[in-house]
Amino acid sequence: MSGHEARRPSSIELERRAFRKSQSAKSVAISFVSTLVFALVLWFFVVNTPGWELVQRSFFNLEVMAGAWPRVIEGLWLNIRVLLFAAVGVLILALLIATLRTLRGPVFFPVRALAAGYTDLFRGMPLIIVLYIVGFGVPGLGALPRMPLEFWGTIALILTYSAYVAEVFRAGIESVHPSQRLAARSLGLGYGKTLRLVVLPQAIRKVTPALMNDFIAMQKDVGLISVLGAVDAVRAAQIETAQAFNFTPYVLAGLLFVLLALPMIRLTDWYSARLRTREQAGSVV
Amino acid sequence: MTTVLRLENIHKSFGETTVLSGISLDVAHGEVVALIGASGSGKSTLLRCVNLLEQIDDGQIWLSGDDISDPRVNPDAIRQRIGVVFQQFNLFPHLSVQKNITLSLTHVFGMSKTDATARATELLERVGLAEKALWYPDRLSGGQQQRVALARAIACHPEVLLLDEITSALDPELVGEVLELVRSLKEDGTTIVMATHEMAFARDVADRVFFLDKGLIAESGPAHEVFENPRDGRTKAFLQRFRGPEI
Repeated sequence: MSGHEARRPSSIELERRAFRKSQSAKSVAISFVSTLVFALVLWFFVVNTPGWELVQRSFFNLEVMAGAWPRVIEGLWLNIRVLLFAAVGVLILALLIATLRTLRGPVFFPVRALAAGYTDLFRGMPLIIVLYIVGFGVPGLGALPRMPLEFWGTIALILTYSAYVAEVFRAGIESVHPSQRLAARSLGLGYGKTLRLVVLPQAIRKVTPALMNDFIAMQKDVGLISVLGAVDAVRAAQIETAQAFNFTPYVLAGLLFVLLALPMIRLTDWYSARLRTREQAGSVV
Repeated sequence: MTTVLRLENIHKSFGETTVLSGISLDVAHGEVVALIGASGSGKSTLLRCVNLLEQIDDGQIWLSGDDISDPRVNPDAIRQRIGVVFQQFNLFPHLSVQKNITLSLTHVFGMSKTDATARATELLERVGLAEKALWYPDRLSGGQQQRVALARAIACHPEVLLLDEITSALDPELVGEVLELVRSLKEDGTTIVMATHEMAFARDVADRVFFLDKGLIAESGPAHEVFENPRDGRTKAFLQRFRGPEI
């Protein structure tokens, strides 16, 4: 109803709008009430379990939580630093491996095989074992200068996550239609420039939601560096738990990890939704 | 003659852009109606509104006497009574030609697998593609794909068939086979509403023609009249561009 002549909707249309409005109000009310009922039922069930008092005291003790706060927060700061370095490292290494895996021609067979072997190995191996091998084995060689534990933890994370992310990148590169390469090559762009200027930008756009998902997964796996003895949030919580004889510090660390992940989770949702509306305009079905 | 489809005063805008500003038309049983007009004149939007793929802003749509623009009706139930063929075929690439046709028969209409397959075979013979039943759409030419799409659309005997520029994505030499099929569907008594740029075909096959301009019907009437003696200046100018200045 834009433009010059403001048209008055017919009585039929007004009635239809009123009906749709009441329908959607009804749906909202039903979903609100059902959510509330579900939450209440769950709450009463948990509160009335025989062990609730004990669990509440040993897992949700505010006093212990306040006491553990400084150390856990300090540990979390280490997690954040490791996460940032690891994320950058993963992006670079994964992109490199993905590119190597998509090289064509017999000349590159050894490179392709190496890249494929890498992703097979590190996707198959549990992260915790990679952490032990890299964290204790590599420094044990004695050939490298002494580095802090979190350094080796970061390396282990990069090695493992690069394997996953490389496969995501590769799927993206292969999902770009061959006609795009054809068009780029016909303009005289070489293999590398075609990849860099035409294929990769489209590929990365397509896999961004998947990449963000991997980032969120890594965000909490950063906590595993505690197995090396680095005092991160999980390790700090462990120490506090041992001192207070109470599990609340673990709950605190867990909540902090959730808070850390929330912005990224919301960002992923928002980005995916934007991608959807941009690429599929129109249609209410 | 019974009216299959009746549109009354249809309005539709997308945000600030008004696409349809008061379209009314009737389609009788067994009639073929062609919608012509420049790109962006609202032909496709009109067809999408009829199939309830777009919600109209005002007006009413009746299908065989039922007000299908009423929000109380179930759109899925209405769409089961309408056949649609799109410009880009929209066949399912992961299903064979036969399965493309039987999908709705078995999953929407509850037909047994045997009956649905028999119906698909019958339809594929009808469109001259019986030997391609087990092929996948990607291996067919555009014309063949569009014939499969037509077979899929008429499989459940829809009350009206909507054709949305079904030859616009085809190579010129493939247009003929698809139009031939549409012509034979008309001879079988199928009610058809088609948006088209094929002026010669519209003149030949359509019973009536509606010329859309800026969301309104600028001119309508029996096909030969609109094409031989257009009265509206916009229709004249539009047809002129198709024929070229020398005619």
